Amino acid sequence: MSHGETIWTEDPPFPKNARDAVENAQLRRNIRKATTTIRERRASVVAEMPDWQALRETGQAIKDDVLAHLDRYLEQFEQAALARGAEVHWARDADEANSIVTSLVQQTGEHEVIKSKSMLTEEIGLDDALQKRGITAIETDLAELIIQLGHDRPSHIVVPAIHRNRAEVREIFLREMEDAPADLSDDPHALADASRRHLRRKFLQAKLAVSGANFAIAQTGSLVIAESEGNARMCLTLPETLISVVGIEKLVPTFRDLEVFLQLLPRSSTGERMNPYNSVWTGVTPGDGPRQVHIVLVDNGRTNVLRDEVGRQALRCIRCAACLNVCPVYERAGGHAYGATYPGPIGAILTPQLVGVEHASKLPFASSLCGYCYEVCPVKINIPSVLVKLRHDSVRAKKHPAEDAAFAAAATAMKGRRGWTAALRFAPLLRFFRRGGPPPIAQWTSVRDLPDPPKHSFRDWWVKEHTAQHAERGDGGSS
Amino acid sequence: MSPARRPVRTMRVALFTTCLVDALFPDAGRATVQLLERLGQPVEFPLEQTCCGQMHVNSGYFEIDLVRHYVETFSAYDAVVVPSGSCVGAIREQHAMVARAAGDERLATQAESVAGRTYELSQFLIDVLGTDDVGAYFPHRVTYHPTCHSMRLLGVGDRPLRLLKNVRGIDLVELPRWDECCGFGGTFSVKNPDVSAAMLADKMEAVIETGAEVLCAGDRSCLMHIGGGLERIRAGVRTLHLAEILASTENRTAATAVAVKG
Repeated sequence: MSHGETIWTEDPPFPKNARDAVENAQLRRNIRKATTTIRERRASVVAEMPDWQALRETGQAIKDDVLAHLDRYLEQFEQAALARGAEVHWARDADEANSIVTSLVQQTGEHEVIKSKSMLTEEIGLDDALQKRGITAIETDLAELIIQLGHDRPSHIVVPAIHRNRAEVREIFLREMEDAPADLSDDPHALADASRRHLRRKFLQAKLAVSGANFAIAQTGSLVIAESEGNARMCLTLPETLISVVGIEKLVPTFRDLEVFLQLLPRSSTGERMNPYNSVWTGVTPGDGPRQVHIVLVDNGRTNVLRDEVGRQALRCIRCAACLNVCPVYERAGGHAYGATYPGPIGAILTPQLVGVEHASKLPFASSLCGYCYEVCPVKINIPSVLVKLRHDSVRAKKHPAEDAAFAAAATAMKGRRGWTAALRFAPLLRFFRRGGPPPIAQWTSVRDLPDPPKHSFRDWWVKEHTAQHAERGDGGSS
Repeated sequence: MSPARRPVRTMRVALFTTCLVDALFPDAGRATVQLLERLGQPVEFPLEQTCCGQMHVNSGYFEIDLVRHYVETFSAYDAVVVPSGSCVGAIREQHAMVARAAGDERLATQAESVAGRTYELSQFLIDVLGTDDVGAYFPHRVTYHPTCHSMRLLGVGDRPLRLLKNVRGIDLVELPRWDECCGFGGTFSVKNPDVSAAMLADKMEAVIETGAEVLCAGDRSCLMHIGGGLERIRAGVRTLHLAEILASTENRTAATAVAVKG
């Protein structure tokens, strides 16, 4: 099975990637500044919702219902979409999805498609697949355009170019955008204006668009996109043919369920009360919008995730990225360190499940388990508990002889009083390693001292103290 | 809430010091004993106790034997008091899960029962003993780091701060960005040393910014990490467990407690 671009290299080495990232001062500042801003904005718009916890629980319940009856909802969606004139295609993996989209484009004879932001098309590597068949995909989301022009990869789910500041964006535009004004400044308005002019021409020429979707409504066969820039609205309405690539977990049962998610999503993702543009479309509407509407429903590992009782909650994800914005690890390592389409806490639980934990064995460990992600997740995905479960899967999938042996030895010592008290006798030896030692002590002492070990353990004191007391009182002791 | 009631209890309470305190930070354990005895609540220390198994579980090694050992050691007690939010969080969130993952439903049920009677120190003082003023005296500038597992996994809320605010003589200053993880994360600190170091640097900066001479927390593990970093740069800030501050009185300060060590 092909995973497309879900991971960029076999078993992304997070700790090594992160080492480079934490030393990149520009990256650190860009991400810190951006995540701090979004985090504060989110906190303030969530605080004004008296029923936020109830909304989260409802969001969780709706998604759990969808996942429990996914087969039924998918068929219901297909029937409803077909009835409204859409064509529905099914793709098991990245290769199937890419070849479906490629052949749909080829049938039109076009060589250019405009695209609205879609993480799924990143996941399957659609742009590259199209390029190989001579079809150019033009990203129309400003951040995706910056990524595309910079020959870069997204480092965030909602703000793909979060690792770039405006000076860097200006440089990319001047270098790569053929119609960028020569006197372009790094003023955000000027940058937005340049991209708008550049894209407007593409929008008006385009015969074909590829989109993703935030939600797919089983009851009506409708797709939904919530966005800020209006570029998706252009993609959905201007071209003659619209191909929407949709993950099978994007379903919600009824139109009314949007009431919940269109509150949860904008407040969690961009810290807005409502997205500036909310588009809902259903099949083909004569005389309005695209003449041909295709929907490609993609699995690409999702049914494997569904199989896992603990891990399946990751499929509730509505891609708001609130977990990225609060994650202390993401804030320091950045998105690229995860080596995968989905970075941050949700990526650390989604990626290993999509591609198999043996292909992303370091990602479940890329967390201090601080729990901030779970606290902010609008659909209550218990990310720390899934991480722990995946760590368990990871140590079983891959042998690490030294580490496995060390943990086994520690467990043996800790199984009873005798082993533990014997182990305690070695504690004073730590004083020789307070500022250095062999791994893993070396990793600790690289920036911290080890504690000065006490002469006696707590239990030594207890036994001494209580033996004396009990001798005086003449009783037997408490243990 | 009224000052310490000095309750006379017939409850049989065990102290689980945690493996880390037993081995490396006995002062935190002794302070817990002294504090509870001062409040009229004697504790027993079952010598069979070892470790809750959190380090194993969070590293992917689901050691059911450690869960079973904890359950067997403490099931006879009415309550278990633990000077660590992180270990209590692990006991409550993970013990039954590990038992179930191994298909041992009976152990899972027992583990849930013991976990329900296992309390972090501030929870025990406020929820079980019913006091948020333990009559402590500690005339120093202190800042408090809530620790993620106490705050988010266990949900101790403002209990530790309520206890600290009632300490006589204390100059308690808020830690900037207190809700941010210090970067310890157990084996995370050695598996991802660079990110951990970057998080530690920001936490140390926040601590130093307060001008506090003491950094306090309810977890010796996080304090070992932050304190180790502060010591490395000779920041002149010492770390004390919540129990050590609460155990201090006019007659017995944390400083003299250290002096009588050994």
